Amino acid sequence: MKPDLHFSFQTDMQSNRLTIRREFDAPKDLVWDCYTKAELLDQWFAPEPFTAKTKSMAFEEGGHWHFAMVDPDGNEHWVRFDYKSITPKDGYRAQDAFSDANGSINRDMPVSTWDVTFEDASPRTLVQINSTYETPEALQEVIDMGMKEGMEATLSGLDRLLAKLS
Amino acid sequence: MDNNSPELDTIFLAFADSTRRAVLRRLGDGPASVSDLAAPFDMALPPFMKHIRTLENAGLITTEKVGRVRTCELNPEKYAAVEDWLKEQRQQWASRYRKLDQLLKQLKEKDK
Repeated sequence: MKPDLHFSFQTDMQSNRLTIRREFDAPKDLVWDCYTKAELLDQWFAPEPFTAKTKSMAFEEGGHWHFAMVDPDGNEHWVRFDYKSITPKDGYRAQDAFSDANGSINRDMPVSTWDVTFEDASPRTLVQINSTYETPEALQEVIDMGMKEGMEATLSGLDRLLAKLS
Repeated sequence: MDNNSPELDTIFLAFADSTRRAVLRRLGDGPASVSDLAAPFDMALPPFMKHIRTLENAGLITTEKVGRVRTCELNPEKYAAVEDWLKEQRQQWASRYRKLDQLLKQLKEKDK
């Protein structure tokens, strides 16, 4: 792994948008596969300490990816990506929403739109994700939830540690 | 921090306006009076004061009136809540992408 792979994470409060740009030391075709095939997504899409588990995947316009982020205690947090438009190997647009285990979208939770682009920077590939929330309030809600989950993750980590020690 | 974080709500609303962000940037250089802060904006004082109150209610700034001059000052602690969340997000993406780096490395080796 090369240490100089470009990574930037930016927030635009005015447009409720997060922009994540990252370089990968691999050709575009391979990176595209990693973003669009369930068996590959499952191997990286959940950040530590979570793992991703796909229930169903139809990478096509109008199709969706339904998966869970599983925490170390086995709790499942369901997510659904609905693919709105796809330009093979160059990018896609999807709606990112919370769902239940059956794939029904939770309308009470904020939804964001992802615009993902793949750019050839031979021998590397540059991926940009724009994740846009509809309103500042929606972004706030996600932040509140993120903080709550972060707190819970910390607490359950503490539980495990205490169980180990006692 | 409290799980429901009502505080964070007001903080984010405070950030979600270009005038208020400009005021915060200006206060980053040090305390200033309301009239000095208002000077660059083509805005009457009452609506400008509304922005100041929003920032004050969010706890992002404190104000103090001495005589006829109201002075505003930044409250840096409040930035921490927002910064923590952004830091967390950044770390999550870094974590995902470390996994993806590994996966790509494996896939490239398999291709050879």
